[in-house]
Amino acid sequence: MSESILSTKDLHKRFGKIEAVRGISFSVLRGEIFSLLGPNGAGKTTTISMLSGLLEPSEGSATIGGHDVQQESMAVRHLIGIVPQEIALYETLSASQTLSFWGQMYGMGGKSLQRRKAKVLDLVGLSDLADQRVETYSGGMKRRLNIAAGLLHQPALLFMDEPTVGIDPQSRRRILETVKSLRDQGMTLLYTTHYMEEAEELSDRVGIIDHGKLIALGTQKELTKMVGEKEILRLYPSDGHESGQLADLFAGVGGVLHSGAVNGEVLLSVNDAAEALPGVIGAANAADVRIRSVDIEEPNLEAVFLHLTGRALRD
Amino acid sequence: MKKILAIGWKDLLIIYRDRAAWIMMLAAPLVLTVAMGFVTGSFGDDDNSGPQQIGAVIVNQDVGQVAAGLVETLQAEELAGLLAPTTAPSATAARQTVDDDRAAAAVIIPADFSATLTDGSDMAGAVEIYTNPGRPISASIVESIVADYLSQVEMALVSSQVTASQLLSSGRVTPEEVATVAGAAATQWEAGQSAAITIDRETATVQEESAFNPLAYFATGMAVFFLMYTVTIGGRSILNEREDGTLTRMLVTPTRYAQVLAGKVLGVYLSGLVQVTLLIGASSLLFNLDWGAPAGIALLIIAVVAAATGWGMLLAASSKTPGQVNAVGTAMMLIFGILGGTFISIEAFSGFMRALSKITPHAWALDGFGSLVSGGGPADIMLPVLALLSMAALLFAAAVVVFQRRWVSVA
Repeated sequence: MSESILSTKDLHKRFGKIEAVRGISFSVLRGEIFSLLGPNGAGKTTTISMLSGLLEPSEGSATIGGHDVQQESMAVRHLIGIVPQEIALYETLSASQTLSFWGQMYGMGGKSLQRRKAKVLDLVGLSDLADQRVETYSGGMKRRLNIAAGLLHQPALLFMDEPTVGIDPQSRRRILETVKSLRDQGMTLLYTTHYMEEAEELSDRVGIIDHGKLIALGTQKELTKMVGEKEILRLYPSDGHESGQLADLFAGVGGVLHSGAVNGEVLLSVNDAAEALPGVIGAANAADVRIRSVDIEEPNLEAVFLHLTGRALRD
Repeated sequence: MKKILAIGWKDLLIIYRDRAAWIMMLAAPLVLTVAMGFVTGSFGDDDNSGPQQIGAVIVNQDVGQVAAGLVETLQAEELAGLLAPTTAPSATAARQTVDDDRAAAAVIIPADFSATLTDGSDMAGAVEIYTNPGRPISASIVESIVADYLSQVEMALVSSQVTASQLLSSGRVTPEEVATVAGAAATQWEAGQSAAITIDRETATVQEESAFNPLAYFATGMAVFFLMYTVTIGGRSILNEREDGTLTRMLVTPTRYAQVLAGKVLGVYLSGLVQVTLLIGASSLLFNLDWGAPAGIALLIIAVVAAATGWGMLLAASSKTPGQVNAVGTAMMLIFGILGGTFISIEAFSGFMRALSKITPHAWALDGFGSLVSGGGPADIMLPVLALLSMAALLFAAAVVVFQRRWVSVA
């Protein structure tokens, strides 16, 4: 796991006056799962679009398997597979017909295509439903087929762009297990997500991206070290309170280093939870805010993001 | 090439899996053709005849050969595809048959019909045609066949009288012998007229059948009218693929932009080809239509579908969203339908409108299929075929230029 399969150097992408990607440089090593973790609009999909040849970088360069993504795009396309964020399938075709079509787009055919179809359908747990039309599938099943279509030609590097968005926990779990099994089979994955838990569970290394910039890169251990000995207070306010406003309220409390809001919860980065907590509760009482419960957590990737940006990951 | 075929085949599968598309592409044109056939009285209701045969009931109250010749003409085998003649014992019974809408017209030959042959009366009124107002076109066809026969008889009569008059003036016959000579000439004509007239009539009536066959006209018009629907949804599928992300996904595979575009064009073309072929085949079976030379039909189908596909591609290339393709496509379908002669014959247009109609595949297709139905061969449809193929080439070229501008920005 030492040779890099993907390498980017100072990648930029501008859309008119908006700079979506601002000088990203990183490498992905063969056989690893590399996650790009960042909130929506951070530049993850734009980066993948440039790497897969869909968008031309405004500046910078990237190579995949030693091929320049712009100059040798056809060679690069043979090496990569992509699982797009949207479910890019044909609703009225069956899963089997869908995979046959995408296999043919990669030049596959005959028995090898049939074998691969059987294998990937088995991998994503859709073998029994291969002849059913995609339109009859649940959202989670469609997501799994979306993944299968990207795996069919056994790419050396698979881009997975937020593959678990909008699905039920059971399907999400199944997809995460599939991703792990792909890594176990030796595939290299570039995985983008805004779910901290997914990045933590799957990744060998994580690049944290925000506002088009890679603000941190390393293993989870290396990244959490950046936060130091700090702790995270996770507050669960009662209904009727806007968590963003609460984050602002607690920002000024003594001992609170950073504050942010995530899904109705408030995250506070503190040096010592025991010291900071009374002040936080007092501020809540003064503002007539009822806190239902509080968790004290060890630093994680969310804390890293909060530490680096002053915002919670899903602000 | 395999990838182009794969994209085309995939699109064909997708289009023909859509039930709504089946209704619009195949059921609607057939139903409308039938409806137009009924409206114009193009269908006979004789149980033993095909649907486009015209029911005609004959009453022959004369015993002369001229009357027999008329009956024989109406019952000729060569007219069997057009007419379904029956006989009635009396004029009253024949009129009743028409009143009951069991025939488009009654041909009533009076007992003194043959007498008019020699006394010089007006032939036009010699035979009564009792017509069904609900089937004007069918009745007019029967009328025209009878009128044609009568004009032949009249010509023979005049020529026999001229012959007798010439013989009299040259002194070869006496005034007492004129009637005998004229009668002999007429009898000679009567004796030989049956076969001669029938042969002449055969050619004339086949021409007439083709020119007046409204079902062939409607079937062609409706097929091309709804072909525009197919190319519209085909064109829309390109925009749908862009919205659904499948186009992007295709462009990430080792497939060139030109291959993707060619595959999409092939899909639309194949869909149109299947549609028009099925419609032509179905109308042959259902309406007993004879479309003419198979090679000509194939050539014309290939050309008209290419031209329509060209319009569909240009529409897709010029539109930003699938909704826009729908709106503009529907407008184009209707305007081209009217302008191209689907609903109103181009013959009714002014010179400018007639020239303008040539931008539609419909006008050329109606022209070409009309020639084939009239008995023309592939050589007779070269102009419409070349016009349609040229139209296709121009439209594809324009579409590719616009697509390149737009798709490059997508890719």
